[in-house]
Amino acid sequence: MTKAERATGTEPGDDVHPGSPVTVDRYTVAARINHWITAISLVLLALSGLALFHPSLFFLTALFGGGEATRAIHPWIGVVLFFSFLGLFLRFWKLNLWKRDDSTWLGRLRDVLTGHEERLPEVGKYNAGQKVVFWAMSILIVILILSGIVTWERYFADYFSVTQERIAVLAHAAAAVVIISVWIVHVYAAIWIRGTIGAMTRGQVTGGWAWRHHRKWLRQLVSGKSKAPTTGKTAAE
Amino acid sequence: MAFEYELPPPPTHDIHSDLGEGDWIRRSASSVPAPARQLTPVAKLIDVSKCIGCKACQAACVEWNDLHQEVGYNEGVYDNPSDLTPDMFTLMRFTEWENPETQNLEWLIRKDGCMHCADPGCLKACPAPGAIVQYSNGIVDFVHENCIGCGYCVKGCPFNIPRISKVTNKAYKCTLCSDRVAVGQGPACAKACPTHAIVFGTKEEMTKHAEGRIEDLKSRGYANAGLYDPPGVGGTHVMYVLHHADRPEIYAGLPKDPHISVLVELWKGASKYAGLAVIGGMALFGLVHHLVTGANKVTPEDERDAERLAGSAEP
Repeated sequence: MTKAERATGTEPGDDVHPGSPVTVDRYTVAARINHWITAISLVLLALSGLALFHPSLFFLTALFGGGEATRAIHPWIGVVLFFSFLGLFLRFWKLNLWKRDDSTWLGRLRDVLTGHEERLPEVGKYNAGQKVVFWAMSILIVILILSGIVTWERYFADYFSVTQERIAVLAHAAAAVVIISVWIVHVYAAIWIRGTIGAMTRGQVTGGWAWRHHRKWLRQLVSGKSKAPTTGKTAAE
Repeated sequence: MAFEYELPPPPTHDIHSDLGEGDWIRRSASSVPAPARQLTPVAKLIDVSKCIGCKACQAACVEWNDLHQEVGYNEGVYDNPSDLTPDMFTLMRFTEWENPETQNLEWLIRKDGCMHCADPGCLKACPAPGAIVQYSNGIVDFVHENCIGCGYCVKGCPFNIPRISKVTNKAYKCTLCSDRVAVGQGPACAKACPTHAIVFGTKEEMTKHAEGRIEDLKSRGYANAGLYDPPGVGGTHVMYVLHHADRPEIYAGLPKDPHISVLVELWKGASKYAGLAVIGGMALFGLVHHLVTGANKVTPEDERDAERLAGSAEP
């Protein structure tokens, strides 16, 4: 696929395979590995963070080998998450840029939630909800890593004043609550919209899924494929 | 001359601790049953006007608590070490202050260390169950076995007292010699003070003793002499007699109106419940939404449409 075609709204590796049913490649192996490292880190961070968030959840420290181990390991998982998410960000930021259609889509959230997709504008690779999740995650992870560094007693306590540390722990806790909420939305959407999880397990979805939820993206893939032979170029170029 | 507040000689037999788990009135990140008895509140009174800066208290603290502060550097000030450390629970802070009214140079020498707040910010901030306890006599103690070294107590403290060791990753501060108090003794610093600038007894006695001292200081021209027992933290079990009680901050930054920071109150107060409620609410919304609308499934019609679209691309 050429650069110009990619700019129309698809990512490297996206491809459509005609047949019955049609299958569509949505994520490369690298993107999926990257995603699951981030996902596992986020879950471990949420569990170890919640353990220190409220006394009633302190028992969760047992999963990490006790309170001290939880305190020691939590920030390091945060570092893994940060770099892992950075990989996802670089992969996906372009197709998550906000478009006019996205505002229309989000304005009809009631139709989204009640499953009246016929009343929504045709959607590219990402819908407005996915874009909101993407940007919320991006911003929150930046807040979390920065406030986390200020709060990281072992290595950074000497560089910050107590007041700065207090602001940081508060911001960290608040951002954590929001990111866990965003994560719930993300996971729920993947469960609610049947056929989605395959995108992150096998990298593929069915044509019907793409037609129903990301029709613009499917059209771009189909038209990109039909153009390719006429311009005499192969997908590898 | 017999000193009124001289501590008793140490007992030589039948020593038993009179301070136990049953005397806890607070325990970090957990609750405790109401104590069966109320101990008499104790207090250490530090009379700054009597202090000669000899550091005997500091040395006594190091000895009793078996601390091993690393040898440091002379930074051109009398404070040594230059700040509290995990191995220095108490520290003389020297201030050379020129009194604008008299033009006199005054030595303000304050022994810094844990104030043993009635409303301890460290205990409020601590996430580890039982790492910080408060006894009904007012002593706030760190229980190192339960400490996870997160440093939240540092953020909670209005006096900037606890220090986290880079060696053990545990928090340390003055214990008010809880182990000595438990056997009827006073803190090591009070025992060692050659001028009786540090005295120890019941909080009531100490308040009364301070009144006499303040009266004396006022008669000698210190019109603003007073007791430092800040109400913002519910009072403290370490109190100061200050010759300039209207300006505590001139004593190496002793806070004028210490209280648990509003940031800490927010972090450790309502936001915990609000936070868990938001997370629970999101999960509940998902559950209810799925029950109401059911799964959003791809239909055979969608698949046929996709095949038609993809098929049209074929030659």
